[in-house]
Amino acid sequence: MMNREPEQYTTGEVLAPPTERYTVLGWLKKNLFSTWYYTLLTLVTIYILYIVLKPTLIWAFTQAQWQVVVVNLRLFMVGQYPADQVFRIWIALHLLALTAGLAWAIWLPRSRRTGAFLLLIPLALAALPFISSFSRINWILFAVFALAGWGLGTWKPQAMRRPLLALLLAYFPILILLILGVQPILKIVKTNLWGGLLLTMLLAVVGIAVSFPLGILLALGRKSELPIVKFFSIIYIEFIRGVPLVTVLFMAELMLPLFLPPQIVIDNVIRAMAGIILFEAAYMAENVRGGLQAIPTGQYEAAWALGLNGFQTTFFIILPQALRNVIPVLVNQFISLFKDTTLVAIVGLLDLLGIASAVLAQPEFLGKQREVYVFIALIYWVFSYAMSYASRRLEVALGVGER
Amino acid sequence: MREAVVKVKTTPEQILGTPEEHRADAIEKGKLPIVLAHEVHKWYGNFHVLRGVSLEVFKGEVVVIFGPSGSGKSTFIRTINRLEEYQKGKIIVDGTELSRDIRNIEKIRMETGMVFQQFNLFPHLTVLQNITLAPIQVRKWPKDKAEEVAMQLLKRVGIPDQANKFPGQLSGGQQQRVAIARALAMQPKIMLFDEPTSALDPEMIKEVLDVMVELAESGMTMLVVTHEMGFARAVADRMYFFDQGQIVESGPPEQIFTNPQEDRTKLFLSQILH
Repeated sequence: MMNREPEQYTTGEVLAPPTERYTVLGWLKKNLFSTWYYTLLTLVTIYILYIVLKPTLIWAFTQAQWQVVVVNLRLFMVGQYPADQVFRIWIALHLLALTAGLAWAIWLPRSRRTGAFLLLIPLALAALPFISSFSRINWILFAVFALAGWGLGTWKPQAMRRPLLALLLAYFPILILLILGVQPILKIVKTNLWGGLLLTMLLAVVGIAVSFPLGILLALGRKSELPIVKFFSIIYIEFIRGVPLVTVLFMAELMLPLFLPPQIVIDNVIRAMAGIILFEAAYMAENVRGGLQAIPTGQYEAAWALGLNGFQTTFFIILPQALRNVIPVLVNQFISLFKDTTLVAIVGLLDLLGIASAVLAQPEFLGKQREVYVFIALIYWVFSYAMSYASRRLEVALGVGER
Repeated sequence: MREAVVKVKTTPEQILGTPEEHRADAIEKGKLPIVLAHEVHKWYGNFHVLRGVSLEVFKGEVVVIFGPSGSGKSTFIRTINRLEEYQKGKIIVDGTELSRDIRNIEKIRMETGMVFQQFNLFPHLTVLQNITLAPIQVRKWPKDKAEEVAMQLLKRVGIPDQANKFPGQLSGGQQQRVAIARALAMQPKIMLFDEPTSALDPEMIKEVLDVMVELAESGMTMLVVTHEMGFARAVADRMYFFDQGQIVESGPPEQIFTNPQEDRTKLFLSQILH
């Protein structure tokens, strides 16, 4: 080997970094069995996993009676929503598929992952053995609508931008109208019939969508120079933070009707939603405030020096940066909000957890706690994990942590 | 402590007393100053940072402010577009008196561009978006026009190929040149520079100073806080020496450099010019 002096590298010469390639065995050796104590640790871990997983798997595949889930699947999904009206929920889902397909084509045209999610997941669900043929057809339709949205967006990306935004904005009202019903076209379905995953999702999605902007307003209010706005925001945030969510829900469900005149009846579900929104907004506000405080004053000064007014500075300069900084915290809160919706079961609403208790109370399903709770835990885990996965992708896309 | 020695010819009454329809014309022709500071005082708590600063800048002039750190020169330049408040005195910019009235402040900020020591680019926007944001939002220009002007400015500061990058991808010198282009995009009548080269690596100072020299030669009215004495000697019409919140001495660069009158000026110059 010749000894090469460093000076011999010219500045124009580009050296590729060394690459490492492993075979499976090589990878195992490097990561799991590189020294005697790594080997020991690996073996002990494998043994512990074996001890824990073996009975779990044996139970799941041979002893558990999943019939309880299959028989009550519709209850778990939509509660007592009338069977002949369930098509309305499907329409809402298909509309969502269309919107997501459009968004995929226009905003993430190169993302194969998004495509896989939008097409393979509904098709996988359609292939489940125990669902009704009506659901099967609808899951296939879901994939078709997603594909149609993607096709439209790819065909005319520029012309479809406006319809996409319109769909996103209009989706909420349409969703509520579809599920609640509009006289005389769609029969009204009272909210006491809403239940299961449908109710959980509605509470979570509406909770997130409304408490998020409200929280931003409160955070800005707390930093405001107007004393009344600032005072109100602080009082509100500190008051709500001092009270548990269950208390807020009990207040909303039981106390509120006592204070209101008897002519005014506010629906149960709406009251629970309001409780969740008001509660979460206070926490959201503190998270956003954390992001606001991380913005250097130079950013405000640069914006003001350019002649931007207070609103423009906040909207174009400060908030985008502040929110980007707190994505991990916000998603953390979204996930915990999603799971906290289970508390409405305590005040008598039949969300996923409420339905689970109701199913278990039926004589023929006595003693099936394990099956039922494992099933709903799985559903909560899938959605929570999806949110956390999406947030990680979003962080990468927005370059959080890089400046 | 002696009183501020610098004599300012114009009084606030002379400007504000001129009927508004003649004011702009008189400023344009150089009969009235475009920036007038009259006996400006500022306190931070009990600390008296500005102690009666009076200064005038006429249209097309390049004025350099220098002095030791902590002398209040940055604080002073930031009072001109109201990034800092002051408690006593008057500042009149382009015929508009700086008051608590938010409309006056916004009007003055539209007519003054500012370049900061730390660049303060918006990290979440591309270079092009950094430059076009204010023209689109404040001047209400259509996007096409704003982008066209922005590209011309980027050519002028020598980095048109960086338009679609984010500030974090640029060197310090390039970022400061983008900051200059961003301020110019609002087509200001006055440019304020607050130590624009102090945060730069030595080899990048020149590229920023070159842009500033070109700007000065194009006739822009400039008020510059800097320690770059070469720049001052080349383009300044007048220099002001700040110390302890006061203007100690002022004059054209030849006089300041070759024949300073005050001991404090002499001492400071001897320390920075070796």
